[in-house]
Amino acid sequence: MALEFPKDKWSGSVQEVVIGATAADGGTRATTVTVGGETTMPFIHFEAETPNRPVLALEIKDFRPDDWSALLLDFWGEAANDPGAWAKAAEEAGADMLLLSLSLTDPDGNPNTPEAAEKAAKAVLESSGLPLLVYGPGQAELDNELLVPVANACAGERVVLGICEDKNYRTLVATAMANGHLVVGRAPMDVNLSKQLNILIKDAGLPMDRVLMDPTTGALGYGIEYGFSVMERLRLAALRGDVMTQSPMAVSVGFETWKTKESKVGEDVPETWGDWEERAISWETITAITLIEAGADIVILRHPESLKRVRAAVDNLITAPELA
Amino acid sequence: MAISGIQIYKLLPKTNCKDCGFPTCMAFALKLAAKQVELSACPHVSEEAQAQLAASSEPPVRLITLESDGSKLEVGNEVVLFRHEKTFYNKPGFFFLVKDSEDPGAITEKVKEIDAFVVNYVGIDLAVDGFAVKSEGDGAAFAAAVEAVRAGSKRPLILIGDDPAVLADGLAKLEGEKPLIGTANPENWEAFADLAIANKASLVVTAGSLEELADLTPKIKDKGLADLVLDPQVTAFNDGLAKHTILRRMALAKNFRPFGFPIIAYPSQAATPEAEVALATQAVTKYAGFVVMENFAPETLYGLLVLRENIYTDPQKPIQVQPGVYEINQPTPDAPVMVTTNFSITYFSVANEIESSGQPGFLLVADAEGMSVLTAWAAGNFDAEQIAKDVKKFGVEEKINHKSIILPGHVAVLSGELEEELPGWEIKVGPRESVDLPAYLKQVA
Ligand code: SF4
Repeated sequence: MALEFPKDKWSGSVQEVVIGATAADGGTRATTVTVGGETTMPFIHFEAETPNRPVLALEIKDFRPDDWSALLLDFWGEAANDPGAWAKAAEEAGADMLLLSLSLTDPDGNPNTPEAAEKAAKAVLESSGLPLLVYGPGQAELDNELLVPVANACAGERVVLGICEDKNYRTLVATAMANGHLVVGRAPMDVNLSKQLNILIKDAGLPMDRVLMDPTTGALGYGIEYGFSVMERLRLAALRGDVMTQSPMAVSVGFETWKTKESKVGEDVPETWGDWEERAISWETITAITLIEAGADIVILRHPESLKRVRAAVDNLITAPELA
Repeated sequence: MAISGIQIYKLLPKTNCKDCGFPTCMAFALKLAAKQVELSACPHVSEEAQAQLAASSEPPVRLITLESDGSKLEVGNEVVLFRHEKTFYNKPGFFFLVKDSEDPGAITEKVKEIDAFVVNYVGIDLAVDGFAVKSEGDGAAFAAAVEAVRAGSKRPLILIGDDPAVLADGLAKLEGEKPLIGTANPENWEAFADLAIANKASLVVTAGSLEELADLTPKIKDKGLADLVLDPQVTAFNDGLAKHTILRRMALAKNFRPFGFPIIAYPSQAATPEAEVALATQAVTKYAGFVVMENFAPETLYGLLVLRENIYTDPQKPIQVQPGVYEINQPTPDAPVMVTTNFSITYFSVANEIESSGQPGFLLVADAEGMSVLTAWAAGNFDAEQIAKDVKKFGVEEKINHKSIILPGHVAVLSGELEEELPGWEIKVGPRESVDLPAYLKQVA
């Protein structure tokens, strides 16, 4: 029997977005990444080509994050004390892109300062040629205070600034516009809230080829089913032509999984949880692959071993299979 | 695919002769759609219509049942491509592979260990579903391997091999069970179909291409065996995703009967244990009904079983716990009061941490419509007013001799409003993540 494979016909596509700028485009990055552009559900090659592969980023910090799992701190060792060295190590570990996430306080517990944030961002740009995302510590006022000088210092680099939320997007959008950067918006696991936030960002003046969205995903065991379905619904809406859902999705898998008990701690846990390190890496890997199946365009991880495993899956998924 | 009353009406004689006991053909059609009468009540319906109605009343993905002494596994009956459209119903079965070339004593030991694996996740015990026994040639060795597995576990089995005669030797050891056997291909299918029918087994069917697979399953059905499982010969992520998607789309969207069966996936064929976990992840998210694994490791199996639980949760029903005050570690009136939401994952994470900290405490579970702290806060279901309301409703004040309450760190912004809603109370801000609660409690205690 000759089979006709059932192809969906879509009218829309995911917005294509370029992150990072090389010298030719007014930046200093050695490479740039392009995400988005899909015209099918994830990797349905028999409908159409997948134009850009999911990008894998590693997260680093401006100060040694003492609240991170010991597994991560042990892995990075000395590099975690210095953002420049850490950026270099993350690039060598195989990242396509880096996330510099700024701390709330310095190691002595004093509030982080614009000077320190700017210095960390510059150190990262100097020691690595990868495109960059920079996220604030997640408190509206401090985010603005730290990210505006960072955006000025990185002018022209097409950095992704984050994270925009509905109450706190104007300043970030304005500084992104002024300095040729991009933004990422995060809404709490809801298709309409993601959409509304994109409308706000667009109305504030930023073109949609400079906007990413983080739909908030949860981690394996901690709400991933909501993230998974919200992402599938956003991608379906994008393909159906709903412009405000067409931003590429950037998901914070490392952040979500390394705060779970399964990953964070190795003692006083049930014996059936098995080996701590392998469990933690699996937790991050399973979460990442699940979200990639749902349409993630940028996956931000914390452990290079997870990155290696996710990369193996992505390398295969991005190639069209022979369907004998 | 469910068929509507109108669609049924079109297939009826439309004479309104009332012989079925209903005033009109339409009335009969509506009763039929609601499954309240049998088609046979109409003596005038054509054979062709009968065949069409019978086919359309079948589920788009057939329900396959495996049974053993005391256990039962149901797979299939799926109706949607995306879980948000309704839900995924029957969780894929996880089976661990043993080969008959292994020593029977070693098989029993290995099976016992895997069989005993139980891990608790939000109050649910997660375990594997059974074992797949693979023949590498000899009937006596296969029978011995099946016996060795049975000595270690009572869970349902899948028997896999190329030679139906060898499988028959294994099946002889499974009196009264309903296993899954395989693998039938375009050459050997008749002998396999006979064997499956004789043993009340379901049958795995494979072919070198999806076209050949589509040709094969109707032949087996015509021979009288309807309990089939599809093996689309997946070798990697990319063809796995494509083949599973095509099979499921054709079964659901096109009601293409030759593919209306569950799919079996073999992450066991991966080159490394890490790749096996990754392939199993894709299998769970993308339509597998049976997942056959080779490498057993608690630390990875735990994650995969949790994923299966998550993906197969009904998205229409947020999983909730009862709002109220939960007493943990026998608190006395001076114990701290913490507040969280009634989303079950949130509740279990917080309650587990308090419990394992050894510190007594009261946990006020506010009615936040089953959402997590941040989501509920964003949706307006977890605000100062709601918390104050639940403090009163559940009589927190009567249980304690102080007036202080600990908020989750994520909603520190509610402190001010909560002070207004609860005059005279001290509002403290706890950690953002439950994993940091024990350290926090030690510090406030
Ligand atoms: S017996 Fe058949 S033909 Fe007659 S009214 Fe009922 S449905 Fe119609």
